Amino acid sequence: MEPLDVELSEGELELPNDPMQVLMGPAHPAMHGTVRVVLELSGESIRKADVQIGYLHRGFEKMCERGTWTQCFPYVDRLNYASPLLNNVGFALAVEKMLGVTVPERCQHYRVALGELARICDHFVCSGAMAMELGAFTPFLYFVKARELIWDIFEEETGARVTHSFGRVGGMASPPTPAFKEMVRSSLPAALALLADGEKLLMKNRIFLDRLENVGVMSKETAVSLGWTGVVLRSTGVPYDVRKVHPYMTYDRYDFEVPVGTRGDNYDRFMCRAEEIRQSVRIIEQALAMMPDEGPMNVDDPRIVLPQKDEVYSTIEGTIQHFKIVMEGIKIPAGECYSYTEAGNGELGFYIVSDGSGTPYRVRIRPPCFASTQGLERMIVGAMVPDIVPTFGSINMIGGECDH
Amino acid sequence: MSTKVLARLEQAFGASILETHDQFGDDTAVVDPSRWLEIARFLRDDEACSMDHFIDLTAVDYLGRAEPRFEVVLHVRSIEKLHRVRLKARIDVSASDDAADDANAETALARIDSLVSVWPGANWFERECFDMFGVAFSGHPDLRRILMYGEFVGHPLRKDYDASKTQPLVEYRAAANEKLPPFDQHEGMSFGRQTHAQRPAARNLLGFETPGLGED
Repeated sequence: MEPLDVELSEGELELPNDPMQVLMGPAHPAMHGTVRVVLELSGESIRKADVQIGYLHRGFEKMCERGTWTQCFPYVDRLNYASPLLNNVGFALAVEKMLGVTVPERCQHYRVALGELARICDHFVCSGAMAMELGAFTPFLYFVKARELIWDIFEEETGARVTHSFGRVGGMASPPTPAFKEMVRSSLPAALALLADGEKLLMKNRIFLDRLENVGVMSKETAVSLGWTGVVLRSTGVPYDVRKVHPYMTYDRYDFEVPVGTRGDNYDRFMCRAEEIRQSVRIIEQALAMMPDEGPMNVDDPRIVLPQKDEVYSTIEGTIQHFKIVMEGIKIPAGECYSYTEAGNGELGFYIVSDGSGTPYRVRIRPPCFASTQGLERMIVGAMVPDIVPTFGSINMIGGECDH
Repeated sequence: MSTKVLARLEQAFGASILETHDQFGDDTAVVDPSRWLEIARFLRDDEACSMDHFIDLTAVDYLGRAEPRFEVVLHVRSIEKLHRVRLKARIDVSASDDAADDANAETALARIDSLVSVWPGANWFERECFDMFGVAFSGHPDLRRILMYGEFVGHPLRKDYDASKTQPLVEYRAAANEKLPPFDQHEGMSFGRQTHAQRPAARNLLGFETPGLGED
């Protein structure tokens, strides 16, 4: 049989030279199922990019305006579902700022310990997922195994593995279990060993390094004016960490360092996360050492904190107190406040407005990755299509938070 | 800490700073919306302020509680001096759009200047604010909806948008470079068997339009 193209000379071949449009996501696995990038390509390099978000929008802010202040906790859990405890604590701190109460020291250390554990999880997931999207599946398994160790602690402490809803205004849902310190102390070295194992596989891997170094570079000035915070900002060399710069809770009493990058590329972001895991471990060790084993967990104020269950069922005061808090909600003084904490991927802010009733008038979340994702377009225009994958992976976009 | 900034603002803009407070330790200035952009630029460029770090921009709807209705809220901080300030401007649905009757009330926009030229980070935050509250930012380079899709009617975070409100079904859209609505015409609607005559869009897509089967 004759070949069909035998008479075709090269001059007759008409190759298309219009820019090609590629729709990447939201179902693309590297887009985490929630983001879509409309690309205009010239060959394989990107000429224009339009990042479209909102596929996971659930109306968080609208929902918060319908219940009591306490009922917001399950919603904030589902913002950054990679580190929900940090969101819980962030929201609790915002409401406590308006109430003018400070939780007992034991609770502060407990919040720090749980929050830092959540931060470790967050970084493990981000780094592991990024490596997996580049084809390195084994480090992902190591990192997920490390996260699993921490999730076991969470399960023991809060009763849930992913969405804990464990924070409360004026304290935590329950005091630490007797085995808490022991569990953390035995799990952390194992998690660090897994981190080292994973790093060993990646940091000498030429393919991995080539796809990270000098890819997705962001300058200091642009990052600041774009509103970047957290690891992504620190990777550009700006040492802004809320825990250090505006310490909240007991962070001014721990000894820890803030790792910063120099170039603001994917490699710096990856390394900053790895180092932050080690710093978080240091913080947890100090928090556990400072945390008293006895003492109150919640503020002693019947208008804010629910009574013990046996009191609710056996005394009239307990029943009334319980009823008032559950049915009417905690009364927050009228006014507005902005409270910010360092979450897994940056400054998590809550701007809350109260009209003095038990229902929030407005809860605005300032999602850190909303600002970071905004910068994605600048990082990928001019780069190649495969560069999107590590760049997007390294900014730690969490759909639930970005789209609230 | 940043009362210095407020003092500096009052000194530079005088009567345009309508009120200031520092409730719960957050320094706040309510400014004249017509000088919104000017004051923002001053905050960034002035040596004593140097508010280079964009943090947040949002709005609050005080429907029936305050006049004007919307409060646009900006948070910025300084990387070098570590201080923060909250800037607010009160605006209402603009008079030019007001000519329309009540039916258009939910789509009428309020207007204020865009800050994208001062902090590029304001871009998405202003788009979100436009999407959620219907605040139009004049001078914004690309004012589209961001969390919702283009066909969405109304602005969901306004207090007069009922939380249980449903949205109209969106027609199938062939041009796919705009953000897609959550369901297309045939998704999530019917679990029964559908005939070809009921699915004109799908038929066209597959390209075998049978003459005589359609409605003309």
